[in-house]
Amino acid sequence: MLARIQVGRSTTLSDEIIRTEGLTKHYVLGAETVRAVRGVDLLIRRGEFVAVMGPSGSGKSTLMNMIGCLDTPTDGKYWLNNQLVSELTDDDLARVRNRQIGFVFQTFNLLPRATAAHNVELPLIYAGVSSKERRRRAEEKLALVGLEDRMEHKPPELSGGQRQRVAVARALVNEPALLLADEPTGNLDSVTSADIMRQLNDLNKQGQTIVLVTHEHDIAEHAKRQIHLKDGFVERDFMNEMVGSAV
Amino acid sequence: MLVFEIVMVAMGAVRANLLRSVLTTLGIVIGIAAVITMVALGEGAQQQIQAEINRMGTSVLTISPGQQRSFGVSRGDTELSIDDALALRVETGGLLTVSPEQQTYMQISYLRWNSRSRVVGVWPEYFNIYDHELLHGRFFTQSEVQGRRRVAVLGYSASEDLGETPPEILLGETIQIRGIGFEVVGILAEKGGSGFLRPDENIFIPQSTAQYRVMGSRDRLNTIYAATETPEELDLAYAEIDRIMRREHRLRAGEDADFNIRNNADMLETFNETRQTFTMLLAGIAGISLLVGGIGIMNIMLVSVTERTREIGVRKALGATKRAIMTQFLVEALFLCVLGGLLGVAAGYAAAEAMSRFAEWETAVSPQAVAAAIGFSAAVGLFFGMWPARRAAALDPIDALRYE
Ligand SMILES: Nc1ncnc2c1ncn2[C@@H]1O[C@H](COP(=O)(O)OP(=O)(O)OP(=O)(O)O)[C@@H](O)[C@H]1O
Ligand SMILES: [Mg+2]
Repeated sequence: MLARIQVGRSTTLSDEIIRTEGLTKHYVLGAETVRAVRGVDLLIRRGEFVAVMGPSGSGKSTLMNMIGCLDTPTDGKYWLNNQLVSELTDDDLARVRNRQIGFVFQTFNLLPRATAAHNVELPLIYAGVSSKERRRRAEEKLALVGLEDRMEHKPPELSGGQRQRVAVARALVNEPALLLADEPTGNLDSVTSADIMRQLNDLNKQGQTIVLVTHEHDIAEHAKRQIHLKDGFVERDFMNEMVGSAV
Repeated sequence: MLVFEIVMVAMGAVRANLLRSVLTTLGIVIGIAAVITMVALGEGAQQQIQAEINRMGTSVLTISPGQQRSFGVSRGDTELSIDDALALRVETGGLLTVSPEQQTYMQISYLRWNSRSRVVGVWPEYFNIYDHELLHGRFFTQSEVQGRRRVAVLGYSASEDLGETPPEILLGETIQIRGIGFEVVGILAEKGGSGFLRPDENIFIPQSTAQYRVMGSRDRLNTIYAATETPEELDLAYAEIDRIMRREHRLRAGEDADFNIRNNADMLETFNETRQTFTMLLAGIAGISLLVGGIGIMNIMLVSVTERTREIGVRKALGATKRAIMTQFLVEALFLCVLGGLLGVAAGYAAAEAMSRFAEWETAVSPQAVAAAIGFSAAVGLFFGMWPARRAAALDPIDALRYE
């Protein structure tokens, strides 16, 4: 099977962050069943920077949403941080998203009426962090993405690149074990995209595990590893150092 | 999620759609305002009547003319005469303190001042029955009644109408009642308690004088008052009055009485019964308006949930539990309703104030009514906000994020 690829290093239990077995997602639309993801086995270790690629409709977003615990698989198993999350209840999944995952969306998904600082604080509100501590951490992350002078701006008052940086700050604010980004540069021009990618690179260098969906090869080049999907299967999975060597 | 944040978010949502929110709460505002106003009116009337009754005491029987009916056909209003009052005084052997009352509004003048006041012809016992106290001078006497003397005792504020403050200046002066001179012999202490009768504005003169000199020899009393020493004697007094009055009016046994005897305590009871009906009616109005208002709230909350589907998706994606989302929308509905309730209380209070100022109706906004109004609007918010809030909480994060 193309999907089964053993990556070089041996793994210890504490080393792996994502493990899936036969992860499957079907959508039933009337008489028709769309098999968006069909049996994906994945192993991603702490500190990796993975780019998920593939043609439109190949199931990248569906896979990412399951990895991000936003969506539940139709079949298969998923361990996040060695916890079997494919069996959890909605509210437990909410807590997992809140504490372990940071998600950056293509369409930013910021609250338009809230300030940048408040948007970044949101995950901490649901984590029950005190308002003073929330503010401190939000400021810290906004400074990290270079928006210390835009704290009180609302999303409509920010450029696309700035909005996405707010979203990155928000994804990082709860110190997640896993940072997921579904086409984070999809709505940005190339200069701004490069800027965001540089930021993700820096984060990864500091040890942040990142899984990123993209269409563009030059974006994927930033990652250490590429996983190519096709029709809901993993078609190729390789380290960037050995570009072109599939299977 | 901390309560404070939830409340802030809910308030922010209401503020963001301020006009819509205020319009939505209008149903509740109007309902609550109507109830507060009506309760204030009822309460005011209650207090007024209570004050009136307290002022008169509960051991006073009021005898007034009734309609005589024979075989169900009215033979017109009958009258109370001075003979009735005399008979009651003489024949009850000290059981009753009796005074007739004959009253009318008349033109009063003193020097260059003129007023239209209520002139009341009574016996001296009247002051006793109603517990009037003197501020200056004296009451008129029994012999002055017999002599049809032109003397007057002024209610506390009657002198103001005649331009004289302090009132004692009028003592010994002559005032004109319908052009006839009366010597002011006494001025009563302030009785307070507004009421329908406004005793402080009255001018009291001997009944005989009223009948023969002022009101044109008509032997027609408005009322006869009869007081007993203690409330326990009322039943006996009632029976005695009934017996004597029937004899005086030559009624056969079994024939309907052509007079009414009322006890102030009975009046209170009748009033309370009326009030209860009124309260039921109010509860009905309140119920319907709150139902309509509540449906409005539910409607707008459903719109709000739909409009903010993406926001809900974002919040869920970031870790909001079902409970957190539900609380957020429930608090929003609650906030809207309580806001409506508060506005309604304010509007109702203003309306009640306006009524007592311009229509001179007594009103009293009780704290209980305000608390109940706000409590009910909160309950409406919870009840009608529950379904939209559950819908919001049940949204799937992915579907919500995808919602256009
Ligand atoms: N909610 C849904 N209901 C039905 N079918 C769906 C749903 N979501 C996705 N699909 C289908 O699943 C398949 C995979 O969709 P997915 O969004 O994962 O693709 P993708 O790889 O992210 O594509 P793109 O690069 O265009 O974003 C598609 O054929 C899509 O039509
Ligand atoms: Mg996609």
